[in-house]
Amino acid sequence: MPRAVVAATVVAAGALAALVPSLGLPQYYVSLLTQTWIFGIAAMSLDLLVGFTGLVSFSQAAFFGTAAYIVGIAQTQYHLAAFWPALGLALLGAVGLAAVFGLLALRGEGVSFIIITLALNEIIWGLAYQWVSVSGGDNGITGFVRPAVAGVDLTGTASFYRFCLVVLLVCLGLLVAIVRSPFGLVLQGLRERPRRMAALGYNVRMFRYAAFVLAAAFAGVAGVLFAYYNEFVGPVTLSLDTTVQILIMVILGGTGTLLGPLAGAAVVVFVSNALSNLTQRWELILGAVYVAILLYARDGLVGIGRRLWLTVSGRDPRRPGADSMMRPAASPPAPGDAEREP
Amino acid sequence: MTFYAQNLLGGLAYGSLLFLIAAGFTLIFGLMRVVNIAQTSFFLVGVYTGLTLLRAHVAFWLAVPMAGATVTVIGLFIYRVFLHRYHADELIALLLTLGFALMLDDGALALWGGNPESVPAPGALAASLQLGTLVFPSYWLALIGISLLIAAALRAMERRTMLGAIIRAGVDDEEMARGLGIDVDRAFYIVFAIGAFLAGAGGLLGGPITGAYPGLDGDLLPLAFAVIIIGGIGSLEGAYVGSLVIGLVSTFGKALFPELSYFTIFVPVAAIMSLRPQGLLGRKR
Amino acid sequence: MTTDACLDIRGVSVRFGSLQALDDVSLTVRPGERRGIIGPNGAGKSTLFNAIAGEVMPSAGAVLLRGRDITRLPPHRRARLGVARTFQTTMLCPRLRVIDNVMLSLLALRPVRYQCLWPVGRYAGLRDDALRLLAHVGLDGRAEWPVRMLGHGEQRQVEILLALAQRPTLLLLDEPTAGLAPDDASLITTMLREYPRDVTIVLIEHDMDVVFDIVEHITVLHHGRVVADGAPAEIRAHEMVQEIYFGGAL
Repeated sequence: MPRAVVAATVVAAGALAALVPSLGLPQYYVSLLTQTWIFGIAAMSLDLLVGFTGLVSFSQAAFFGTAAYIVGIAQTQYHLAAFWPALGLALLGAVGLAAVFGLLALRGEGVSFIIITLALNEIIWGLAYQWVSVSGGDNGITGFVRPAVAGVDLTGTASFYRFCLVVLLVCLGLLVAIVRSPFGLVLQGLRERPRRMAALGYNVRMFRYAAFVLAAAFAGVAGVLFAYYNEFVGPVTLSLDTTVQILIMVILGGTGTLLGPLAGAAVVVFVSNALSNLTQRWELILGAVYVAILLYARDGLVGIGRRLWLTVSGRDPRRPGADSMMRPAASPPAPGDAEREP
Repeated sequence: MTFYAQNLLGGLAYGSLLFLIAAGFTLIFGLMRVVNIAQTSFFLVGVYTGLTLLRAHVAFWLAVPMAGATVTVIGLFIYRVFLHRYHADELIALLLTLGFALMLDDGALALWGGNPESVPAPGALAASLQLGTLVFPSYWLALIGISLLIAAALRAMERRTMLGAIIRAGVDDEEMARGLGIDVDRAFYIVFAIGAFLAGAGGLLGGPITGAYPGLDGDLLPLAFAVIIIGGIGSLEGAYVGSLVIGLVSTFGKALFPELSYFTIFVPVAAIMSLRPQGLLGRKR
Repeated sequence: MTTDACLDIRGVSVRFGSLQALDDVSLTVRPGERRGIIGPNGAGKSTLFNAIAGEVMPSAGAVLLRGRDITRLPPHRRARLGVARTFQTTMLCPRLRVIDNVMLSLLALRPVRYQCLWPVGRYAGLRDDALRLLAHVGLDGRAEWPVRMLGHGEQRQVEILLALAQRPTLLLLDEPTAGLAPDDASLITTMLREYPRDVTIVLIEHDMDVVFDIVEHITVLHHGRVVADGAPAEIRAHEMVQEIYFGGAL
């Protein structure tokens, strides 16, 4: 599928999606879709790290949650309710935190990196949970409201839905631009052969650091939206649970594809909400699906979709050039696929 | 004075139970380079299984190995069916264990329900001891002692047995190790089984202190990681020292800086991880 | 020690724990020279390369590139100073396309690598340079293929081509013909033999034919030490070299 077709499809899908609230669906589903857009941004931000740079980070929730907290605290304690300043502050916080975390975490790679990012996420969680005077502790921060943006009132489900959709599309556009840029190509090279990239003259650590901070910025945007969505922030927003949820969205959807993690976000959001009405065991089911994906369909939903499409249209999935979906690389990478460095 | 003694003992006891998790964790990682995120879930299943056994009037000291055995069976099943094929790929193995942790977590919730339970210490040790103004559960001393014994036993195993030699050497090149006549697969199974057993038995042993509740595994996981980071990945001595350190820091932290106790555990951890990726006592890998 | 040496290795020692991988190794390579590093397995050849390229820090000694001390510089800094290398196993990015791999090599020293908003496709010059390079080995037709679909020999060719394309000051080739069919191997040796003298080439090789074909000066390593250093004819006749390699006769 040539890029133009994919782009057109996305735009069309976006337009259709914008119409959803007018279709007469129960608010509940519109709400879930809103959540999907929000977590979609977070998942895509993590994909930038996992799928494109080869860094599995366990601290995305820290940036997501910090941005959310800043929005809440700014409004409740400093009466800063306007959207753009709040967004600016929140992003500053998320990016600043990432700047510090990155210095520590990127001293290692692979498993060391995972462990350090996990520890760092726990530090922030611990602060949110226990520093009651600032964060409200377990009770979190409540009592703030969605601001109007550019004169548009966002208190309604439908208008907030559309707002989040717009932000999602903007973020998607930016991320696509990034991964298709020279910088994005460098990141992918780092994912595959960091040793060789260094030998070529690339400052591996610096590029990884840039990706880490960039990803945190997008996670921060999602965090801001999430705060307004719930009109509440609590420690769970930056907990390990949230970080794991986002990671699962990425892996489920297919790493290194951007759209995959968005699909993954949809699956996780709907399963954890809608399915939980049918069965209490949705977490078990999600876990099982996640394991199954890792074992049998490591390129995730996107990979499954791609293979289905190729089979259905009668083309051999293994022939090069048989498809060229919206990916800058020749084929979607999967976690753990890069061969070990000799 | 009492304050310090109380928290010292409490910290050592807590650290002792952390060791039961960390020991298995570090053995598994040291030999197989697999980060077993499900290790604390094994612990969780161990507590609950133990609790069920206790309620069926099984004696405490019998229930401990039984709980361990149950978890070992589960662990071996997971390893054999899913992990063994991918153990060489660190990242996939880690991600897989994450999935199992989630599944075990929810499975435990399904089987045992969501109410927090307390785990009774064995009769003889249920009472509190009193030394001057110091009052503490006698079980603490028992746990400290047991953990120390287990640490000593593991160390002896590491130094004196063939398996221990393999563990210490590590298997950097599997093919070469096999070529030298080492049954690498068997070593992996045995070590994973030991890790699971320690966590499962440790669950019931630690139960009187932690209680049993859904999410216990999530609460313990970061602490286990903290232990491993401080003590060094792959070092048994490091795991013991690290566990005690984290146990003490955690306990004193909660007592002295309740608003920042989590922070006080992890800041030095993050610092050590960045400055010395192999921890305090671990080997350079 | 000549001050106009391209590469000057002075008393370099490298330890890995209790293993002495390199022991007081010294050698000097003149600009434009073709130097071969030979020795049995475990002699320290790759470690020497890693010390020159910057992946390994010597515990003693110094590495000088055109008179400049680069001993403590990380690999990417050395690359910017003109050191290029290939690896013993193919190190192309397997899931990227052939042309992406070439462009990455070309981008490495160009400022545009930091650009993160406009697509790579916009840079027609970059793409043309890449295709032109690939045309040298007849691979421009398959530029869009994922690299892992190329044959082993073709991948090696691309790697060496890329290293040469950077017009480095010093080119380090780690067993460039290893695993190649004779035809492909001779392609490489021809390429190297005819390459202009503004590039200094040092190569590790096991294939003696290749060595004696391209190289003018040979350094022999054994157990981390230099045991012989001279023209091919000398080395051929050298007693110790014969011992090491052939247990006597050559």
